[in-house]
Amino acid sequence: MSPSAVLTAFLTIVLREIRRFTRIWPQTLLPPAVTMCLYFVIFGNLIGSRIGPMEGFDYMSFIVPGLIMMAVITNSYSNVVSSFFSMKFQRSIEELLVSPTPNWAILAGYVAGGMARGLGVGVIVTLLSLAFTRLQIHNLPMIVLTVFLTSALFSLGGFINAMLATKFDDISIVPTFILTPLTYLGGVFYSIQMLPDFWRSVSMVNPILYMVNAFRYGILGVSDVNPYVALGMILVFITVLAVVSLRMLQRGKGIRS
Amino acid sequence: MTTLPSQSSPPAWALEIENLRKSYGSGFEALKGIDLKVREGDFFALLGPNGAGKSTILGIVCSLVNKSSGKVRVFGHDIDTDLAAAKLNLGVVPQEFNFNQFEKVFDIVTTQAGYYGIPLSKARESAEHYLKKLGLWEKKDDPARMLSGGMKRRLMIARALVHNPRILILDEPTAGVDIELRRSMWTFLEEMNRNGTTIILTTHYLEEAEALCRNIAIIDHGRIVRHTSKKELLTQLRMETFVLDAEQALTEAPELDGFVTRLDGEGALEVEVEKGQGLNEVFAQLDRKDIRVLSMRTKANRLEELFLRMVEDNNNRRDEEVIQ
Ligand SMILES: Nc1ncnc2c1ncn2[C@@H]1O[C@H](COP(=O)(O)OP(=O)(O)OP(=O)(O)O)[C@@H](O)[C@H]1O
Ligand SMILES: [Mg+2]
Repeated sequence: MSPSAVLTAFLTIVLREIRRFTRIWPQTLLPPAVTMCLYFVIFGNLIGSRIGPMEGFDYMSFIVPGLIMMAVITNSYSNVVSSFFSMKFQRSIEELLVSPTPNWAILAGYVAGGMARGLGVGVIVTLLSLAFTRLQIHNLPMIVLTVFLTSALFSLGGFINAMLATKFDDISIVPTFILTPLTYLGGVFYSIQMLPDFWRSVSMVNPILYMVNAFRYGILGVSDVNPYVALGMILVFITVLAVVSLRMLQRGKGIRS
Repeated sequence: MTTLPSQSSPPAWALEIENLRKSYGSGFEALKGIDLKVREGDFFALLGPNGAGKSTILGIVCSLVNKSSGKVRVFGHDIDTDLAAAKLNLGVVPQEFNFNQFEKVFDIVTTQAGYYGIPLSKARESAEHYLKKLGLWEKKDDPARMLSGGMKRRLMIARALVHNPRILILDEPTAGVDIELRRSMWTFLEEMNRNGTTIILTTHYLEEAEALCRNIAIIDHGRIVRHTSKKELLTQLRMETFVLDAEQALTEAPELDGFVTRLDGEGALEVEVEKGQGLNEVFAQLDRKDIRVLSMRTKANRLEELFLRMVEDNNNRRDEEVIQ
């Protein structure tokens, strides 16, 4: 295939993904908006006013970056995992397998689709947060880089999950038992400076902590970790997961007999 | 300057399969060394009973199944080394529905074109062309799950053709399709073939192969039992059974010199006639016995008989192998 043909194929996948999640917006775009509004009201306004400042910012301002990141992470992941798994399940993945679209373009298409939803929801949530607090911008490139790379990373994660899944249960195990706990313990709601030494060290192996903090650094200028280390780490993870995903696609386990 | 191929040179090979083997993960050997060649412009049928390995062969050709060993070339493009080029030449209609049930008909077809690198405006044109040709244009905005079974199959044909492949592969395209629709599908496929598309199909309906195809391979238990032209196959049939309805009710089959006769369940007379024997002799003898024949037809489908006989032979051979 010529480069322009590959580009067309890639865009076709991305557009189909966008069509899918906008068609079922009450399942994909509405829930995170509602959940986040609840977080803003309850943690930000009601409880937050009693918690007092965190790292020099009022509680609401402190948690907003984390909550945006949380929405981006879960939506990027669940878009790819549910879309790719249902393609596998309905066997419409065969439409792609018979086509000359190279594997890397298939992967890139799904990842971009996951990013479209993750970032789309991120924008929705950010706009909603403006009703509750004022957002500042400390370091714009850092904000953009972190959110894009994180979204890409979790889209890849969702892809691997979908490749490995053999039944519908398998696509909710990782989000429920790994992603959600890691996010809640990843410094969305508190600074790990508050934790006892032991738990602080434990928290340091949680990759989501780095992403949340790098993003918060971009907005507020405060972070529990070095944001550049965080960025580097995300890049390493992306490379590893991308290689694993491509290998899986090439071997075709679960999609080719 | 390019030279045109001379009139007499045979067309290129559209599909070449050499010593193709497949063992599924369970260890089951579905293909045991398949050799198959299809010329450009051919209308080719792959016949065989359930589980023979037809879908496995087509699956390997279309990259839906990984082969265990062997060679597959599509217009000379080896699928091991030149897969994208091979794929561009193929359009596939699988045995089972495999589109997203929730997507709209039009989107399914245009999206498929996109996967082949066809820009959206061209993709739309081509989708419209084939959806109209297959009588699905009115349904273009319906989600695929709202189509009837026959429409879904036609949708898969439109999807397979949207990038104008040189080979169209259909795995039991007329399964579960009513007679009228089957005929119109035949007409459609014949027209595609006349316009130069090589067609390869599998079917259980032998009349389908007899009506449409020029070349036939019969496969059973992962082996090609026969690979020849339909004409050749038919002339090979020595025996043909005729069913005669007599004026008076027959209680037992009359004995005819040189012919095997019997009564079928409804009192009609069945006569087996060897090729070249001629029917006059049958009638002369019946005349002498004062049996008047009112009507006559051939029994079953000739290809069907041949097919059953070959599969039977193959089974006998397999039994012998097991015994040794
Ligand atoms: N994914 C699979 N895993 C294991 N065995 C399989 C798989 N697919 C097919 N087989 C086996 O391989 C053999 C050939 O199957 P195949 O689908 O190619 O037959 P077929 O000729 O297309 O039959 P049908 O006319 O019923 O469609 C069968 O015995 C089948 O059980
Ligand atoms: Mg089959």
